[in-house]
Amino acid sequence: MATTMITTLDRSSRAAARGLSDISIRNLFIIPTVLFLIVFNIFPLIYSLGYSFTDFRASTNAPANFVGLQNYRDLLNDPYVWSNFAITAKYVIVSVVGQLLVGFGVAMLLNRDIPLKGLITTLLLLPMMLSMAVVGLFWKLLYDPSWGVINYALGLGNFEWLADPKMALYAVALTDIWMWSPFVMLLSLAGLSAVPKHLYEAAAIDRAGPFYTFFRITLPLVAPILMIAVIFRTMEAFKTFDLAYILTSQPTAELISIRLYKMAFQEWQTGRSCAMAYIVLIMVLAITNIYVKYLNKVKER
Amino acid sequence: MAAVRTSSEITFNRVAIVAVLLVTIIFLAPIYWIASTAFKPRNLATTIPPTVVFQPEISPFVKLFTKRSQLRSPPSPEEYAAAPWWERVVFDGGEKIVRDGKGQVQWSGYPSRFLNSLIIAITSTVLAVGMGTFTAYGFSRFKVKGEADLLFFILSTRMLPPVVVAIPMFLMYRAVGLNDSHIGLIILYTAFNLSFSVWLMKGFMDEIPKEYEEAALVDGYTRMEAFFKIVLPEAATGIAATAVFCFITAWNEYAFALIMTNRRAQTAPPFIPSQVGSGLPDWTVIAAGTFLFLLPVAIFTFLLRNHLLRGMSFGAIRK
Repeated sequence: MATTMITTLDRSSRAAARGLSDISIRNLFIIPTVLFLIVFNIFPLIYSLGYSFTDFRASTNAPANFVGLQNYRDLLNDPYVWSNFAITAKYVIVSVVGQLLVGFGVAMLLNRDIPLKGLITTLLLLPMMLSMAVVGLFWKLLYDPSWGVINYALGLGNFEWLADPKMALYAVALTDIWMWSPFVMLLSLAGLSAVPKHLYEAAAIDRAGPFYTFFRITLPLVAPILMIAVIFRTMEAFKTFDLAYILTSQPTAELISIRLYKMAFQEWQTGRSCAMAYIVLIMVLAITNIYVKYLNKVKER
Repeated sequence: MAAVRTSSEITFNRVAIVAVLLVTIIFLAPIYWIASTAFKPRNLATTIPPTVVFQPEISPFVKLFTKRSQLRSPPSPEEYAAAPWWERVVFDGGEKIVRDGKGQVQWSGYPSRFLNSLIIAITSTVLAVGMGTFTAYGFSRFKVKGEADLLFFILSTRMLPPVVVAIPMFLMYRAVGLNDSHIGLIILYTAFNLSFSVWLMKGFMDEIPKEYEEAALVDGYTRMEAFFKIVLPEAATGIAATAVFCFITAWNEYAFALIMTNRRAQTAPPFIPSQVGSGLPDWTVIAAGTFLFLLPVAIFTFLLRNHLLRGMSFGAIRK
């Protein structure tokens, strides 16, 4: 990592002679972290790449046999796995669109002079800070068909939320929308407050209607920040495990992370699950790449 | 130039305020329901219609911390009179507290899980923020070859679904005997939070003017001295905010804890749902455990309120 560096330090000064050189300090500060991440993040992935070409089962002592691309071929030809991906895609769309509508909607409402605005905003942000697994568990009680508060409040009788195969995924998404709309709201508020007031004043002078103002001024100016929110939530929703795992065991709500977990730690198909993990990993890296590119573009402005 | 406020705009404003209040109530309702269930007698936790007004009780918390068994017969009046208040509360619920041969009260699994959560979250936070601060300074002040790629690499390790990382980690930990150990989870959470800490701290470091250190260097400080005496105090707010975010992430984490621990080093998030076994769970006890578990995060959220935007967006948006 031999590079040049920028410093205003006069090399002949006493301090420079006394202390470590800037290159040593830079290396001392950066290399341990990079090594740590390589050992605990990259090395395990290389380790599992090896296993993904074997029929290894962690539950037995049988030695792993090399099977080549068999695992990958099987997985990509498995309609069950494809349905997990389809379920995940549906979940991502429902929950991200829901969060976008609710979050941006609430931000529009909040974007005015409101008594106790700071307190209300902080209170609204509370759900996203809490543990998904622990709060998600409590939604089981809220969704309960017999004594759940939701059915009572909405007058739905004994409506089945989590036990109905058609409904389970939407119930999980609804809880996710509750948890993460505040995130979209937070980002939208930042975007809305950055819209220059004089644009609205100019629009008012031109007697522009509220719809025109919204679609021609507000939305275009908030769009970049909304895009960040969408990409962020898309990635998180794609990874969702806790919430869906705790709320329901319906096969119709089996997200890709849950399939992976079951394959690895319940069916102990270690080799195959490593291959599956790699397929997921490549998808995530692709999304992350797009995300970081976009982020850098936004930052440049 | 003042904007003209028509009467319809004023009406709309009022409607919006009412809507905001309604939304706030709806969003807080689930959290209120957890908190209120934690203070309910068991028979009022699952009623139709739901019980809103009730005499708050402390019994769910007593039950949360102790091991109990069903009473076969009611306790004798002497036994009841001799029992301390917290034991009577359990008697009233038709149960008794399990004691060992020496009469010592047996704890439930909750306190040790809570303690594990504290130990693991605090240690991993200190490590991640400590290392992250140094590294962020390095990236912020010095030219690093392939800086963008390195930063992307650091970030991407965090973007993977936990289960993807957990499979090889589980195998490796099993090989070296780190499964179900505090150290094992601490390492995982440190690695997980380190990337976040580097990204967030780099933003904070970039905001500290270089001139501060340069002045110190001219005054004869070494680079190290300048870092510790000038930069770190300037970065204190950023370090504190980053630490709170790391703590909350480690505190809330579920998937790694579920896979890597089962008893000795188990944290609260996998433990609390495991209390819902077969049959009718005692939701008051679960609510009490949840309430105590959520309390630190709720407090931290208020302390962090001005940094939430920045932290939650990985430092992408600053305000």
